[in-house]
This record gives sequence, structure tokens and C-alpha cells, in this order.
Amino acid sequence: MLLNQFLILGAVLFAVGVYGVLARKNGVMVLMSIELMLNAVNINLVVFGVQHGVVSGQVFALFVIAVAAAEVGVGLAIVLLLYRNRTSIDVEDFDLMRG
Amino acid sequence: MVAQNIFFGILSAIVIVSALRMVTTRNIVHAALYLVAVLAGLGALYVLLTAEFVATTQVLVYIGAVMVLFLFGIMLTKAPLGNEMEMTGKQWPLAALVAALLGGVTIYSLLNGFGSDRLVTDGPVYRTADVSDEVFSTYIIPFEAVSVLLLAALIGAIVLARKD
Repeated sequence: MLLNQFLILGAVLFAVGVYGVLARKNGVMVLMSIELMLNAVNINLVVFGVQHGVVSGQVFALFVIAVAAAEVGVGLAIVLLLYRNRTSIDVEDFDLMRG
Repeated sequence: MVAQNIFFGILSAIVIVSALRMVTTRNIVHAALYLVAVLAGLGALYVLLTAEFVATTQVLVYIGAVMVLFLFGIMLTKAPLGNEMEMTGKQWPLAALVAALLGGVTIYSLLNGFGSDRLVTDGPVYRTADVSDEVFSTYIIPFEAVSVLLLAALIGAIVLARKD
């Protein structure tokens, strides 16, 4: 197996996640696309850990998973609050700070 | 070695197709289920990379907990479940261009930098005990920091979402 197989898979997943964040209108969908990007990072961490024969890659991936879980909890609370105040989670409706 | 390549091909095809369907489907519940397929495929890839504890955590935390949170989020925000609401904004061609450029540049630099380097497959295999030894010795302070972060996120989510 080539090292690049896994790295390119991670790069493709990250690009798909970027597309999701930029193109989707639903706030929950934006959060899901962010999860996709975090997973793309995780696969890079694990594969470089294997490549260098160290356990740190796996430990870092676990930290990323923990931080992602915290992020999605707070993110969904914010989306719920937006829905309660504006009865919409379309991210294009939230342009109060547009200059 | 051949078997690993075959499984890598199958799993990465599942992951990439599901990811593409996730960001293009018009039904939000289908998008959540495609995200489950992506996460499960990545968990299987971690097993292929001998990272058994990361694979277990992926299934427990992502497929178990995070997906339930997402489904609750979909349910509580009363997202239109059919095709009523257009899910993708008008700026999607620009977003696709940005994503294609980002992916292209990254893949080009990866091919340039790592070329045909082979993955080290005869290195040490780290089991769950080795991972926990590392977490509770070298990374004990980041571990404690993450537990405080999780507590803060829990309290923050409750404070944000309570009604008053």
C-alpha cells in the first residue's frame, strides 16, 4: 500500500467538506460537513502515526474526536437558539452583520 | 498485501461516494444517513491501519453519540423532510470551484512530496493498552484539559439551549 492512497483520500474528503460548508444552506448540514473535514484530518493523523511507528498519531486522533464531540454539542445548541429566535436555520437569513 | 489493497479500494469508494451524496442530496435525513456510511467506512479504514482503539472510538462517539445529536438537531429545528426547501444555495458553482481548487492543489503537493512512498506495514502495532499508556503518561495534561473542555461544552450547551 502506498502512503499517498490514504493522504489523497483525506484530501478528497476535506475538499468535499469544504464544498458542503460553502454551498449548503441548512445550519445542521453545515455542521455535518465540518465533521467530514475533521474526519479527513483524523485519517491523516493515524496514517502518519503508522508511517513513523509512533502511537502519538492515534492519541492525537482521539483528542480530535473528543474536541469534535464538544464542538458539535455547542454548535447544535447555537443552531437551536437561532431556530427559536428566527424560526429559520437557513444560514443565508443571518446577515445582520453585513456592511 | 493484495487483500489490503482490495479492501482499501472498496472502503474508499464507499466513503467518497457517500460523502459526495451527503453534500448533494436534497433530503436532510438521507444526508445524515450518508454521513453514517462515511464514518463507518473510515472506522473500517482505521482497522486496516491497525488503529483498533481509534476505530472503536469512531463507532462509539461518532456513529453513536454525534449522529444522535444530529438527528435530534434535525428533528427539533423542524427541517423540511421532503424536497420542499432547496438545500443548496445559489453560490454552489463558486463553492465547487473553491473545493476543486483546494483538493487539486493538495493532491498535487501530496503527489510531489510523497510520490510513491510505501506505507510502513511491518512497524509496531499499538493496541488499546499502548494507547492508554501514552494518554495517561505523556499526554496526561492535554487529557485533563480535554475533560475540562468537555465539561465546559456540556454546561455551555445547556445554558444556550434552556428556555428562559
